Amino acid sequence: MATVREYVNAAIKEKLSEQGELQARTFDVRKIREDFPILKQKMHGKPLVYLDNAATSQKPQAVIDALLHYYTQYNANIHRGVYLLSERSTQAYEDARVKLQRFINAPDPREIIYVRGSTEGINLVAQTYGRQHLSVGDEILITAMEHHSNIVPWQMLCEEKGCLLRVGPINDRGELILGEFAKLINDRTRFVSVAHVSNALGTINPVKQIVEMAHAKGAVVLVDGAQAAPHLKIDVQALGCDFYAISGHKLFGPTGIGVLYGKAKLLESMPPYQGGGDMILSVTFEKTLYNHIPNKFEAGTPNIAAAIGWGAALDYLTRIGMENITSYEHALLTYATEAIGQIPGVRLIGTAREKAGVLSFMLEGIHPHDVGTVLDQEGIAVRTGHHCAQPVMERFGVPATVRASLAFYNTKQEINALAAGLEHVKGMFA
Amino acid sequence: MSDLSSLYQEVILDHAKRPRNFHMIPDADHHANGYNPLCGDKVTIYLTLVDDRITDISFQGSGCAISTASASILTETLKGKTRAEAEAIFEAFHSLVTGQPVKSTGAPALGKLAVFSGVCEFPVRVKCASLAWHTLRSALEGSPTVASTE
Repeated sequence: MATVREYVNAAIKEKLSEQGELQARTFDVRKIREDFPILKQKMHGKPLVYLDNAATSQKPQAVIDALLHYYTQYNANIHRGVYLLSERSTQAYEDARVKLQRFINAPDPREIIYVRGSTEGINLVAQTYGRQHLSVGDEILITAMEHHSNIVPWQMLCEEKGCLLRVGPINDRGELILGEFAKLINDRTRFVSVAHVSNALGTINPVKQIVEMAHAKGAVVLVDGAQAAPHLKIDVQALGCDFYAISGHKLFGPTGIGVLYGKAKLLESMPPYQGGGDMILSVTFEKTLYNHIPNKFEAGTPNIAAAIGWGAALDYLTRIGMENITSYEHALLTYATEAIGQIPGVRLIGTAREKAGVLSFMLEGIHPHDVGTVLDQEGIAVRTGHHCAQPVMERFGVPATVRASLAFYNTKQEINALAAGLEHVKGMFA
Repeated sequence: MSDLSSLYQEVILDHAKRPRNFHMIPDADHHANGYNPLCGDKVTIYLTLVDDRITDISFQGSGCAISTASASILTETLKGKTRAEAEAIFEAFHSLVTGQPVKSTGAPALGKLAVFSGVCEFPVRVKCASLAWHTLRSALEGSPTVASTE
């Protein structure tokens, strides 16, 4: 009789083999697009050109199937049941944890904490490690390109503890000014938190270097990887960071799931985040003993289906190969930067030498919101606004930008459609 | 399926490009700030009232074509109106942009404001059209907080 693990893996593999094998050797974007059913949709009668991947990614059939499969075949609560369905669901959930561990090259699956998303991951660290270790006069260092989720939790902690929030400046290209950043790391710096890739600008930060600089001064580092994981191969051991936060729905998984990676030694020393079931070993009214990691940080019934669905996404990505994805997207971003950048009246916002996935721009004299509305009518989905990065907008003196953000299923034809759409916008508002 | 031309009518595009009454009133006795967090539209309405009548009205700010045109036409429409008339026009305009039937009896004539009738088909832009009006209301009430469409 097949073991539980074999049963679950066989079922998922059956679905994947139909799609994955074709792409295993070559990167064929047309075939890849066939794996994403939503790409056949239309907006206002026009074929969907989905360029808002930084907001959320689309899902391959394998992920949708995994969710369906879970709910029809073996949905049961994890860790608690002694019956077969519960064993299967527990196995699939824990298998997905291992897939995540391997995906980011973490040494130990116990260092993979399931959370609701990267925002929750960052809040978890601020509220546990932050509260425990920071006190009056300590400094927390972030950068000027952060998403609100990597600003506000630290502001809240600073207010609570009397710490100081320091901000590393960025240049006009949207790059971190490393020299200035280095100066801001001093003996009072206890925590450094930086984006791996900026969601508003696309800038890739020199994370490995930042970690070394911070560690040299005894500061702990969290990296916000929400925008990096979909585009770059992540190796947390190579980066050396203490914490790394990832968003599931941005990485081709379902919404409502994310991961916080943390070094085992740190996680073990931290107090729990939320109290409840599963994060305990034993409970009496006199004394409660907390569970070991990772369970210590996973109170209550998690988003089991989403974790399993995300596991299917990781299998899919691993078959394609993150290196192939990175190189395809790099070529596409270069093409897009050229195609959009050369349109008269376009001002690119975020022109760092090292970028991934994001093209933010303004169209002279036309508010981004108007650009977005006209593009919507052409079937083109872009994001317009401050992208939860109001300080970035202020730094560049703009109220908002138009942001086109790529995934590995976007094509040159779609970029051409965007360019044509922008010409149409210009014509309307001339 | 909505046609963009119903949203971006000529009058709206004109007022967006060349907004009327686009200046401060330094000695205004009423003013209020409005902000649309969704897209970053900002507007400030300045008012001078004499015996409950709006003798002067202007605006400043930055925003999308819809919000700018709305503020511009608002100032044109309300100059010389009483407080009560302004309130009534607000209600009628709000009904218009949210696609509700406008009361046929006793409802004020919307005049140029009728060009915003297309906005109701673009729900995401309703807040752009109504920001200036919510801000106006704040200015009339003398409310200290920043108006928003939330």
